[in-house]
Amino acid sequence: MKNNLSFAMDDGVSLEQREATKEKGASKPLVCPTKLNLNAVKPGYLKSIGTRAARMFGRTFCVCLTFAAAIGVWSAIQSRFAPDLPTPAQTWTRAVEIFSEPFYDDGPNDKGIGWQLLYSLGRVAAGFSLAVAVGIPIGLIVGTSRLIRQSLDPLIQVLRPVSPLAWLPIALLVFKSVNASAIFVIFITSIWPVILNTASGVAAISKDYLNVAAVLRFERLEMARKILLPATLPHILTGMRLSLGIAWMVIVAAEMLTGGIGIGFYIWDEWNNLNVASIIVAMGLIGGVGILLETVMNRIQRRFQYHD
Amino acid sequence: MIDTIVKNGVAAQIRDQQGPARYLISAENISLAFKTKQGLHPVLNDVTLRIKKGEFVSIIGHSGCGKSTLLNIFAGLLKPTVGGVILEDKEVDSPGPERAVVFQNHSLLPWLTVYENVRLAVDKVFGRKKSKAERDDWTRYNLKRVHMDQALGKYPMELSGGMKQRVGIARALAMEPKALLMDEPFGALDALTRAQLQDVLLEIHAALGNTVIMITHDVDEAVLLSDRIMMMTHGPGATIGEALAIDLPRPRNRIDLLDDPAYQHYRSKGLRFLHQLQRRNGPE
Ligand SMILES: Nc1ncnc2c1ncn2[C@@H]1O[C@H](COP(=O)(O)OP(=O)(O)OP(=O)(O)O)[C@@H](O)[C@H]1O
Ligand SMILES: [Mg+2]
Repeated sequence: MKNNLSFAMDDGVSLEQREATKEKGASKPLVCPTKLNLNAVKPGYLKSIGTRAARMFGRTFCVCLTFAAAIGVWSAIQSRFAPDLPTPAQTWTRAVEIFSEPFYDDGPNDKGIGWQLLYSLGRVAAGFSLAVAVGIPIGLIVGTSRLIRQSLDPLIQVLRPVSPLAWLPIALLVFKSVNASAIFVIFITSIWPVILNTASGVAAISKDYLNVAAVLRFERLEMARKILLPATLPHILTGMRLSLGIAWMVIVAAEMLTGGIGIGFYIWDEWNNLNVASIIVAMGLIGGVGILLETVMNRIQRRFQYHD
Repeated sequence: MIDTIVKNGVAAQIRDQQGPARYLISAENISLAFKTKQGLHPVLNDVTLRIKKGEFVSIIGHSGCGKSTLLNIFAGLLKPTVGGVILEDKEVDSPGPERAVVFQNHSLLPWLTVYENVRLAVDKVFGRKKSKAERDDWTRYNLKRVHMDQALGKYPMELSGGMKQRVGIARALAMEPKALLMDEPFGALDALTRAQLQDVLLEIHAALGNTVIMITHDVDEAVLLSDRIMMMTHGPGATIGEALAIDLPRPRNRIDLLDDPAYQHYRSKGLRFLHQLQRRNGPE
């Protein structure tokens, strides 16, 4: 159990973010004037601003370089091995076309990419909310009771690695609705990090807080609301962030199979029309939205982080 | 057994034979052994400690002798193997706000502000008895007692160690406990902050006449604050070795006491006791 929990806790902080924190630490001595001489403060300060700007510029430059290299590789592969792939230039033209009219609506089977995206986000929101609403209470219970933990753990371990696509036929059979099935698949695959992180948060709760609650004679519900929930909130939010990432990955696969409308279906549809450029544009969009969701969750998490 | 060192018999009254009824809270024949991998580890052996209403009792003893264990038994956070705790003639075996605890490491909830930490306790204890406005007043009033009314909106991580401990004391006081239990409340603080908080505690004890059980390592602190100092012997199987009644008039003032021969006498008694223990059992 411990191992699995710690695995779930690995919170997928991106390389870039790690570096950012490292840099913050490193920049400290630069801001501090080394001499007590007041005159020394000004040039030191200006220098630190200068260095920071230079570093920002350097970083942006490196990022641009990475993307340029990737596009270069793509170009090379396209021209040497895979002439069927669209060139970066063709893709760019297609992207301009797509994004110039994202919300057109020509009947149920022909909608702009904006609509597709919104439908997908809607399903993700539904499945993710469900996973959070169900996962947190289960996690709290699993974390509090050793007996329940020991009984549920094997089931969780068996179900957790099951591919989302394996759930789809069962969902279709049970719900007999494409939309509900997609939402269910999101729910069932993104609930595990919420449960595991919540449970590990409860297990890690400080004995001091429990003593405070004991002296105040908190009852079960008060205990959950006033101690358990706020104390484990940072863990819960980590679980939610991981869960949202999974949900956003799973939706594309689910929609490819269920059809109808949504970014996953859009990709499948464009494949059937052999519009590979559109697919690449959609991939870029999916990545961008993924970053956005991650950033939002990160912000929320930082807001509720407490230190002690 | 309990060897008291006083002239006018205050301590003798304390241990007289009228039974526990005269005491606010008492630990009766407490023994406790922890189950460990190496078998049972006896920590306390037949400890009896009776405390009168309004009395300020300090417990001193070497590290690891079982002071926290004894305090946690008083608080109800630990159950003794033998014996029990009696509060106003009734046995108590679970924790409750009438025995408020000030923990060694402050134990404030880090996600709540100073005000909210105290208010949490006030709401729980007086939720039915006081109106919302009264509870707000009571919260502020208690924070004012420890001179923390300027930092209501701060979070614990923004406070110094001494300020956190003040809030911890305010939270405990706000419960209006029958007995206030303090586990080395100033143990982690520097000497100056420590002195300040001791003065706050003197002030509060003078105003309210609380019944207090306090654990400390510091003989000076114990003499300054207490009516009685209980000195625990070395574990395993520690018990109360000696009681020292501190018959200094109140209100007490740390500066005036410095030149007081009685203060010097009590202080050297306490130090000598700790030193003897060390010689007899050797350092751990
Ligand atoms: N939960 C526990 N399980 C097993 N042994 C314990 C437990 N809690 C405390 N002990 C042991 O009981 C003894 C007394 O511990 P206690 O914390 O009461 O000491 P203390 O007098 O408060 O020490 P200090 O002054 O360092 O705080 C120690 O030897 C400790 O190792
Ligand atoms: Mg202790």
